[in-house]
Amino acid sequence: MADLAVAPPVAAPARGPSRPVRRRRRISWVPYLLLAPGLLWLVVFFVAPMLTTLSTSLQEGDVDNGYVLTGNPDVYWQALQAYWPQIVRSLMYAGIATLLSLALGYPLAYFIASRRGRSKNILLVLVIAPFFTSFLIRTMAWQSLLASDGGLVRKTLGGVGLGWVYDDFGHLLQLLHLSPNGEILYSPWAVVWGLTYNFLPFMILPLYTSLDRLDGRLLEAAGDLYATPRQTFRHVTWPLSLPGVVSGTLLTFIPAAGDYINSRLLGNTNTVMIGQVIDSQFLRVLDYPLAAALSFLLLALIVAMVFIYVRRAGTEELV
Amino acid sequence: MAGTRATEDLRLVQISKEFETFTAVQPMDLTVPGGSFFALLGPSGCGKTTTLRMVAGLEAPTTGRIHIGAKDITATKAYQRNVNTVFQSYALFPHMTVLENVAFGLKRKGDSAAMTKARQTLDLVQLEQVATKKPAQLSGGMQQRVALARAIVNRPDVLLLDEPLGALDLKLRRQMQIELKRIQSEVGITFIHVTHDQEEAMTMADTIAVMNKGRIEQLGDPATLYEKPASTFVANFLGQSNLLRAQITGAAVDGVMPASTHDHDVWVAADRVPDGLRDVWIGVRPEKLRLGDAGRNQIKGQVTDASFTGVATQYLVAMPWGFELMVVQQNDGSPRAGVGENVTLSWDPGHEFVLDQSQAEDAGSGLVDG
Repeated sequence: MADLAVAPPVAAPARGPSRPVRRRRRISWVPYLLLAPGLLWLVVFFVAPMLTTLSTSLQEGDVDNGYVLTGNPDVYWQALQAYWPQIVRSLMYAGIATLLSLALGYPLAYFIASRRGRSKNILLVLVIAPFFTSFLIRTMAWQSLLASDGGLVRKTLGGVGLGWVYDDFGHLLQLLHLSPNGEILYSPWAVVWGLTYNFLPFMILPLYTSLDRLDGRLLEAAGDLYATPRQTFRHVTWPLSLPGVVSGTLLTFIPAAGDYINSRLLGNTNTVMIGQVIDSQFLRVLDYPLAAALSFLLLALIVAMVFIYVRRAGTEELV
Repeated sequence: MAGTRATEDLRLVQISKEFETFTAVQPMDLTVPGGSFFALLGPSGCGKTTTLRMVAGLEAPTTGRIHIGAKDITATKAYQRNVNTVFQSYALFPHMTVLENVAFGLKRKGDSAAMTKARQTLDLVQLEQVATKKPAQLSGGMQQRVALARAIVNRPDVLLLDEPLGALDLKLRRQMQIELKRIQSEVGITFIHVTHDQEEAMTMADTIAVMNKGRIEQLGDPATLYEKPASTFVANFLGQSNLLRAQITGAAVDGVMPASTHDHDVWVAADRVPDGLRDVWIGVRPEKLRLGDAGRNQIKGQVTDASFTGVATQYLVAMPWGFELMVVQQNDGSPRAGVGENVTLSWDPGHEFVLDQSQAEDAGSGLVDG
């Protein structure tokens, strides 16, 4: 091959028979430079901690005598055996909170997307307004709102002679096994409510984005083609908002499944979620391998579920 | 559900539409004969699209009734009307295949043969080969045909076309004009075509309603509108017009009436002059003016511009009083004039139209006499 005679010193990849490359192939550094800070960030704050956690979970020993990396994976089995109820509960609570957020957030996002100009912006600011206060403070606020003695909801309702509404709601929760003793606060219901409240904006914003992009003329066209408003929603609005639904549910479900604040502040000893377990294993019991193993189990479970979910939703087919 | 035959008339009775800040459509009556190709023609903002949307049910009329045959459909919703629209933006559902788009209407109506009919209709618009593609994968012209197929597959009583060819380039537009006409005669549905393109309306429609400022200026077949426009607006909006300021100077003799324009005596066909009118515009189309003195009415002038377009030569001829007339000479072998040449222009009585001089001469914009 004559090419070889003029082959440039730069190692040219075998691209089949081609004309001699006269111009030296210049590697453009710009994209890599732009990527570098982000990559560095990920390596330092994501990859490194992940590896540390993985290594921690495979160590044996105790705090006093130190830990040795033995690579024994038994701890995963132990973790699963001891804490599967908390894991299942976490996924269930997060799932319910996600569905609630979707049910509450979809109409709200639709409403905001249908507004024009100023009122739209004001509504959007209201959606993100809670973020101006810390997550912890907001959750604690629900404590003082829902408490049975001196809680704001109970007091306000009582003030207008509707105290029985609060009490009856508590009884209803008890009947539905959503509260152990008729209390609204410190019940599974309160935990799910807190999760829903805290992650609702993460549902609304992506939903809003895809509903806002929805071309109103498509809805007109559907109506013109004999679709009732309900059918228009089912066949046009909903499928076209699926990308928003998928990202909204992921942004809600993933953090909710690992949350440990809501179950601690608004729940009781029977509402313990897996995040709470990991927290106490790490910071109180000081069983680092177990805590690390639980972290990894949770991660693996969520990744698996998300993978199946995204494949099922078939978002890659959507425009 | 074949339902009512697609030959029923569409009748609008005293229909009007007012928006908060303006009146889009003045109260008007309009009857569109069943099975015809009808065009609503006018400049943007003339109310043609609003009229269309009221028929589609996408806009509720402020006053008036809409009937299809014997049925009053005024109060029905868009999805209850057997009327379909081809939208200007096509509005194809991006998440569905072409076939699903076309079958959409039939499925909503619960037609069990929806898919078969959709395939047949794709055949009609020659798109069977792209049935499984998504709209975004198609060219503009193909999308346009999908939009058309999606509407006609339902065999509506009335098919509404809202500037359907507006987004296509000139060549494609010509093709689609012929295509639309063919499909209309094949399916026999009433087509109402909204457009601001006079040539498009004239090429395709059996009947044209020229709209201006929310009302119908004139209704008729293309030839009548062109040859006998009822207003300066129609005269100028449909093709080019030379409007000459003139007075009727006497009574009819042998079917012609004497008139005077800028001290030139001319004859006009008596039946073209509205009764009792003295101050008039005499309108002559550029292709009715001839170079030379073959015609009975003659005016002299000087050629200021000549452009050869192959089929014809287009001249601007300056009149002694400063106004320029446009003349189109067919490339039929007759001698051509050059710029600066003094020429005689002539035309025969009956080749003009006569309008009331109180009308604004530049309505619809055109060549006007100063």
